[in-house]
Amino acid sequence: MADKLNVSLVSPERELFSGQVDQVDLPGTEGNMGILPDHAPLMAALSTGAITLYDGGKEEKFFVQGGFADVTPAGLTILAERALPLRDMTRDDLSAEIEKAKADLDALGDEGALAARQNIDGLEMLFDLV
Amino acid sequence: MASLKELKNRISSVKNTQKITRAMQMVAAAKLRKAQEAAENARPYAERIRGVIANLADSMGEGGGDAPKLLTGTGSDETVLLIVATADRGLCGGFNTNIVRRAREEIVAQERAGKSVKLYVIGKKGHDQLNRLYGDQIVKYISLKEERTLHAGIAKGIGEDVTSMFDAGEFDIAKLVFAKFRNVMEQDPVAQTIIPANASIDATEAGASAPDLGGAIYTYEPDEAGILEVLLPRSINTQIYSALLENQAGEMGSKMTAMDNATRNAGEMIDDLTLTFNRTRQAKITSELIEIISGAEAL
Repeated sequence: MADKLNVSLVSPERELFSGQVDQVDLPGTEGNMGILPDHAPLMAALSTGAITLYDGGKEEKFFVQGGFADVTPAGLTILAERALPLRDMTRDDLSAEIEKAKADLDALGDEGALAARQNIDGLEMLFDLV
Repeated sequence: MASLKELKNRISSVKNTQKITRAMQMVAAAKLRKAQEAAENARPYAERIRGVIANLADSMGEGGGDAPKLLTGTGSDETVLLIVATADRGLCGGFNTNIVRRAREEIVAQERAGKSVKLYVIGKKGHDQLNRLYGDQIVKYISLKEERTLHAGIAKGIGEDVTSMFDAGEFDIAKLVFAKFRNVMEQDPVAQTIIPANASIDATEAGASAPDLGGAIYTYEPDEAGILEVLLPRSINTQIYSALLENQAGEMGSKMTAMDNATRNAGEMIDDLTLTFNRTRQAKITSELIEIISGAEAL
């Protein structure tokens, strides 16, 4: 049996996932990345987007907004600021989020505009996924 | 001796009180279950974030001269901010009083050491009690009465407030005073240091110690400083959030116990009063009988 990656996905409210998978795709602030078992230690900030867990041909997707991914030899820990199973989200939820994010972007100056734009891009991408 | 009418009134009033306390006990029991669940659900996140910070602090090493102040402190410890979290409602036994007592011990100890103390009070009951003694030291007071459920957003607001006060140089050390939920009967009031962050890690058990990286070097994306800048405030928010959750569970547990006692006391009181009521009634009948019999004999 091939090695598996220990993953735990936690948000401040609860633990959403804990277990072993083959691969995890994450939306980093510097670009999307895939984490395989035995990845080098890594600490990455997350932006808005989908986390995909691949396990034996099955996929599980989560919505995530901000947070951190911490890769150690022991496994991957995702500390999400906000996270929900993607199947719990509807297009209506997402369009509301996008509206709000756009309003935030207008309110912001240059500072933080990049993060806000990333937020909107991530949300729009998710919109297509749902 | 009280008249029968008076006794009857008292019995019915105690019975009403008992009904209320019993209802409150049941409500508290239901809420306790939810609060306990919320506190338990939030634990993994708090543990992980501590572990991650321990990791980062470790890898920053001793040479971390430019490490953020939130992690290493301002280098001074002159001004201490005590964040005292209590409940907004009373009728929960000694819960609030115990937290306030813990906070006062802390204030006295710090002031004796020559430090100045500022207070940041969360919860109406704690504010009422502290305001009497240390009214001029309270820099901020927040009531959570309006909030129907505790969510991470509340803690985030408080955390951001505290962090911005720290950035403005208003204090050097922050301690969080709240009650740790052990079980329904026991809540331990504790004072936990949250700023600087490395002090709070030293204080935690070995569970949060850094994992062995096998000699490999951490990669940071974007960079170490950027990550710490976001991670540290978040960790403070998380600690405040879990303190609020622990408090909520503790409040409900304490209220349940207090109301259980009150219900039982009311029960005893009703028994006593009923006994007195019956005795009085019998005494009255007996004396009436004696009057009738002695009246009849006299004829």
